[in-house]
Amino acid sequence: MQGFVPTATDGNMATEFHNLQELRHSASLANKIFIQRDYSEGTTCKFQTKFPSELESRIEWTLFEDTVKTLNNYYAEAEKIGGQSYLEGCLACATAYLIFLCMETRYEKVLKKIAKYIQEQNEKIYAPRGLLITDPIERGMRVIEICIYEDRGSSGSSSGSSSVSGSTAR
Amino acid sequence: MHLGVSESMRECEYSQISTRSSTPMETPYKKRTSRKRKWESFPGRSKFYCDGRIMMARQTGVFCLTLVLILVTSGLFFTFDCPFLALQLTTAIPVIGGVLFLFVLGTLLRTSFSDPGVLPRATPDEAADLERQIDVANGSTGYRPPPRTKEVVINGQTVKLKYCFTCKIFRPPRASHCSLCDNCVERFDHHCPWVGNCVGRRNYRFFYMFILSLSFLTIFIFAFVITHIILRSHRNGFLNALKDSPASVLEVVVCFFSVWSIVGLSGFHTYLISSNQTTNEDIKGSWSSKRGKDNYNPYSHGNIFTNCCSALCGPLPPSLIDRRGFIQSDTLQLAPPTNGITMYGATQSQQSHMVSETGSESVTKTSAFRAPNSFCRLPPPLSSSSRPVNQSF
Repeated sequence: MQGFVPTATDGNMATEFHNLQELRHSASLANKIFIQRDYSEGTTCKFQTKFPSELESRIEWTLFEDTVKTLNNYYAEAEKIGGQSYLEGCLACATAYLIFLCMETRYEKVLKKIAKYIQEQNEKIYAPRGLLITDPIERGMRVIEICIYEDRGSSGSSSGSSSVSGSTAR
Repeated sequence: MHLGVSESMRECEYSQISTRSSTPMETPYKKRTSRKRKWESFPGRSKFYCDGRIMMARQTGVFCLTLVLILVTSGLFFTFDCPFLALQLTTAIPVIGGVLFLFVLGTLLRTSFSDPGVLPRATPDEAADLERQIDVANGSTGYRPPPRTKEVVINGQTVKLKYCFTCKIFRPPRASHCSLCDNCVERFDHHCPWVGNCVGRRNYRFFYMFILSLSFLTIFIFAFVITHIILRSHRNGFLNALKDSPASVLEVVVCFFSVWSIVGLSGFHTYLISSNQTTNEDIKGSWSSKRGKDNYNPYSHGNIFTNCCSALCGPLPPSLIDRRGFIQSDTLQLAPPTNGITMYGATQSQQSHMVSETGSESVTKTSAFRAPNSFCRLPPPLSSSSRPVNQSF
């Protein structure tokens, strides 16, 4: 299986792509589940850590909870009001917000960190289990979308962690 | 997304795959269609200008009136009153006036042109998932059930979240659907025809600074035009003074009628900010003690200073609608094995099948605006839009 995929060191991506196309190994999207927002602390961005039943057979709940909690922490960091955010706000106001032409807002910086974290989580934990997390920003911060993949070849039954799945690409 | 070549191999592969799949050369299945930006197929009634950079409401006539009034009055002030005042009193007057005027204009344009905090509509999959959950809860299918609400306890206060039938989402607390713009807006304050836009989470501070600075400007112009007329009348008499400077009369009239409403509005919004309420909540009396003894505002931080700071100097969230991103067809989800243990495939056969069947139209559709949902479909475009990071407008 692995031999089908040449590593991309030399960068002839067209060839690699073509090989992957020829793979015929498919993962079909079986289901999508949505982790909704948790508004118990107000309007700050926080997602529910309740473990969805569809994932019970796929992933340990500690891993899932860890991911969601880390994401929640990131969002809390982005939206934190404190010394640094006040400074940024006042500086921005004083420069008539032109400063954002050269500088990123703190929120944007944290969003980048989140994107990286999600990619990492997908690679290490979720993709090997046939799952895929979508960055909430792509869904308007409403939900964390988790795609559940099944190995098509295993006649419709949901397979275990060795199933094929799509993976994040960014 | 163009990640640097120097990145790790694995990341490189991921990123290169995503960019690859968005260009037409590598796959025979994708047809080349003109790339549309997301704002062009935005479902609400907002209008976009400058290729999606500017976002306003549909009716902008009153906004033009606001702009004309401010420009004309200030223009007349600088042309007719300032020379006299600068000579007779001090040159600081036109300078301060100029700074105020620029600030007013800047905040007005910023309020009018930016995304107020529009919530993008739910993707078909999300909507279906919510519907299923609601049906399970209600035990009913078929006919349209009564308004769906969800209750949430925020800081000890029970808040009802309403389901928006247009956007197919449960609105977050403090969000509201603007019927004029046909969008759900976060922390919806009100729809202001004078600025030609909704006032919401992302542009409330600019709106407040606009009305505050406009109050100062109006009072400033009013005061100095009166001073001008008085000084002139000392020399030539009142009627001659008016004849010499007819523009001043117009300015006085405009300022006199504006000052009451604008100063009043500034005062009202100062009160709202200090108690961390929105106009919407205040009008409905959501947190009024008249509703009940235990009714209080769960969003308030407790003291006026913190409330003001969080409203005006808090972090500015990015726009959620990514209006300048390109609409992409679903990218192929391909990746090499991570550590050689598991193998990732992709639904290429599905993709090619879909493309050949449905034609070029569906290729350019995004998951957000897709036709009726089905679970036997392509994986979502994770890296779909190149989210412009500096989109703080």
